[in-house]
Amino acid sequence: MQQAPAGQVAAVMEPMPAQNTLTIERLKAYYINEHYGVKREIRAVDDISLVVRRNEIYGLAGESSSGKTSLIKTLAGAIRPPMRVIDGSVTFNFGGESVDVYRQPDKMRAARWRHLSYIMQGSMNVLNPVRRVKYSFRDFALRHMDKDDFQQRLEAHLLRLQLDPRVLEAFPHQLSGGMRQRLTIALATICEPEFIVADEPTTALDVLVQQDVLALIKEVQQRLQSSVVFVTHDMSVHAAITDRLGIMYAGRLVEEGPTGQMFANPQHPYTAHLIGSLPRIGDLRIRKSLPGRPPALFDPPGGCRFHPRCPLAIERCSRESPEMLPSKTNGRVACHRAGEAEVA
Amino acid sequence: MLSILRDLLRYNREFLAGSILLGIILVMVALSFVSPYDEGVMFAAPPDMPPSPEHWFGTTSRGQDVFWEMTGALRNTLAFGVLVAIISRLIALVVGLVSGYLGGKADQAIMALNDTIGALPHIPILLLVYFVLRSQMSWVILAVVASLLGWSYDSRLIRSVALSLRHREFTRHAVFSGMRTSQILIREHLPYVVPIIFFTAMNNLIWAIGLEVTLSILGFCDINRPSVGGMIYWANAHSAMVSGIWWWIAFPMIFVVTLFLGLFMLAMSINEYIDPRSRLARMGA
Amino acid sequence: MSVNVLELEHVSKFFPVGGLFSRRKLQAVNDVSFALSAERAEIFAVVGESGSGKSTIANMILGTELPSSGHLRFGGVDIATLTGRKAREAFMGQVQPVFQNPFEAFNPLSRIDQYLFATAHRFAGADTPQRKHAVADEVLQRVGLSMAEIAGRFPHELSGGQLQRIAVARALISKPKLIVADEPVSMIDASLRMSIVNLFRALRDDLKVSIIYITHDLATAYYISDRVIIMRRGVVIEQGEARAVLDNPTHPYSIALKNAVLPPDPIRASAIIRARGTRIHGAIESF
Repeated sequence: MQQAPAGQVAAVMEPMPAQNTLTIERLKAYYINEHYGVKREIRAVDDISLVVRRNEIYGLAGESSSGKTSLIKTLAGAIRPPMRVIDGSVTFNFGGESVDVYRQPDKMRAARWRHLSYIMQGSMNVLNPVRRVKYSFRDFALRHMDKDDFQQRLEAHLLRLQLDPRVLEAFPHQLSGGMRQRLTIALATICEPEFIVADEPTTALDVLVQQDVLALIKEVQQRLQSSVVFVTHDMSVHAAITDRLGIMYAGRLVEEGPTGQMFANPQHPYTAHLIGSLPRIGDLRIRKSLPGRPPALFDPPGGCRFHPRCPLAIERCSRESPEMLPSKTNGRVACHRAGEAEVA
Repeated sequence: MLSILRDLLRYNREFLAGSILLGIILVMVALSFVSPYDEGVMFAAPPDMPPSPEHWFGTTSRGQDVFWEMTGALRNTLAFGVLVAIISRLIALVVGLVSGYLGGKADQAIMALNDTIGALPHIPILLLVYFVLRSQMSWVILAVVASLLGWSYDSRLIRSVALSLRHREFTRHAVFSGMRTSQILIREHLPYVVPIIFFTAMNNLIWAIGLEVTLSILGFCDINRPSVGGMIYWANAHSAMVSGIWWWIAFPMIFVVTLFLGLFMLAMSINEYIDPRSRLARMGA
Repeated sequence: MSVNVLELEHVSKFFPVGGLFSRRKLQAVNDVSFALSAERAEIFAVVGESGSGKSTIANMILGTELPSSGHLRFGGVDIATLTGRKAREAFMGQVQPVFQNPFEAFNPLSRIDQYLFATAHRFAGADTPQRKHAVADEVLQRVGLSMAEIAGRFPHELSGGQLQRIAVARALISKPKLIVADEPVSMIDASLRMSIVNLFRALRDDLKVSIIYITHDLATAYYISDRVIIMRRGVVIEQGEARAVLDNPTHPYSIALKNAVLPPDPIRASAIIRARGTRIHGAIESF
């Protein structure tokens, strides 16, 4: 992150590049299901506020049904009825120009792929199986770029990512899963977007390939200085590449902070549990799981959503939902007893 | 059961409309049992009378009250269609499920038989049967033969669902739970197949009624039994349109349309209700 | 000399691939041999990445695939000779599977206790609803659940961890000697995995059930297995006592595999990724 060197006055009247590329304010997005008189409101994203800065990888962690995939889809503007945004806003900042995803849909559409691209789960299947790879690139990227030197730029892009341009002539089924995934990342970054959203991009891959893909994502992000929101339930992946980490539980954000601090000194009991329950090679200490299960999102517990399973729960937790307040580890945490959690 | 009906009636417009239309038909069918005229008797009423308070739908050139004739006709035609639909559904279901589940060579053999039967032309075969069995011909035999011809297309649909279900994880699990093949087919696979059955039953019913009407118009039916097709046959024979006796043709047409529309709407709405995906959505999955 | 519970003797399996004009063989499993003794219950881990042949081995042990060459013996009897329904059923009673995807393992339209009741009926001789209920409750208690909690529920009402535990409970009804678990925890949230993994440990220690634990996850394999076998493209790379092999792997592939596991520790994990660097990845792979 840029900072003016101490003692020097910024004499030139240049606008500083905006620090925050994404601002989410009090976002609420629910699935509203109505069948035969039974109305169900599934609160997948329930009052979330967060900020993602330039040149950082923000990780979103949480178990299944925590709402993290719903949050990703909502912030990319990729939701459809019965899921709707009920309240709040999602605002991107692309090179100084702000785009409100839901109030400026036309601007948002123009910005897609050029400023915002995504790598979705199972995106290895994004490549059309009956056409050569190069056509997928053309379909996605040609309209954003200059047609004359498209081929050249494409090949240069692949070479920079250490991918042999001959791959363009292949059909997807001739390539391995890892290779397809690397191509998908190339596809997502060819327009050099400021913002990349990645939803479990390495989940279905072999361990060795996973590392290559992560290294690739990191390298691309550093070169483009873009922001990445990286969703995965695998805490080791978060440990490996994210700069900041947000933990979601039952549609809400419970803790957020710099990754190193989150692992070393988790402030929220759920974070402590997530990190403590991971097995490591060479470590034979007994590890336990939390009792119970994540709550159903249409009928969440009152007060703090985590209180039925929380080892530190007190009476206040069942009545009062905690606010996201600054934490001791340079982040935020929503817990009445923040900081008292112990890591196993 | 009742609560399902109540839900459907209250929240599903199509079901309501379909029920009303079909209700009209069923009322007509019920009335056929209390008809003041004996069926098939000619000249029981003054012929060629337009609709009037005495004869609500008028009378035909053969001296039959169109209204009461309609009630009998609807009953017979519906009975024919329903019988065909039931028998052919059963055949299609068994063939499709078994073939899809067994797979491999058994599947290929069964499907070869299936496609051969499907390629047979229906009307000529029915005509052949009619000629061969002329004196012992009855509508039941006709219905059975028609249903033996009408199952082949739908069994392929059911088979494709069965094939995909075979590869699903819970089928493997069921095998290791010790469930026998028949149990797996009935308990695990049937719920997925039922929506197709419903939908194809609708198609089949229309086809069967159309078949009956066609044959009747051509004259290959029991002329003493009133049927929708039969009425149109006689109306044609007496050149009803030309003579201006529009009510003889109009009312059968209106009721056929009502019947089809009612069945269609019912089938659509029930289908949507029992479709596994919408069931899962209602359960909250 | 006691008969081995399970014995694989030079087992190989290949699949024909390719079209009409170029049929080739894909060697899924190549000359694998190991044995599980009947003396002690043990957890035997088969570790490998995708394409290593581990799932094919699982299928051969369960009898859903036949080996191209070699023999698989259960209790001294060659599995390939178990044709006919009675023999198959007797075998299934002794060898039960736990599959990877707990969400797909149960028909979403059926209530979950139906599977337990069906297995109780077939393998535990439970005829009456009360008996079935009792049998189901007993196995559920062993996995930390109970009929009271899950009776009448549909699969979507339960979490992955609970579903998998029910799958294990179902596998226990017939009192099997061997459970074949094919990637049982890979689709479950990381924080819930340990409950299943600990469960396997309890099954071995308390119920004396041997378990073939197939996984790509070295960490859990390290945690519970007694012996381990590492496979790559159908070939056994290394095998032996679990701690010994995983603490000090000797083969380069095993070493790479162990080092590839990202530890849940930011400093070490990010260092591994940084050091990964980049190479030319241009090779187009075909069969």
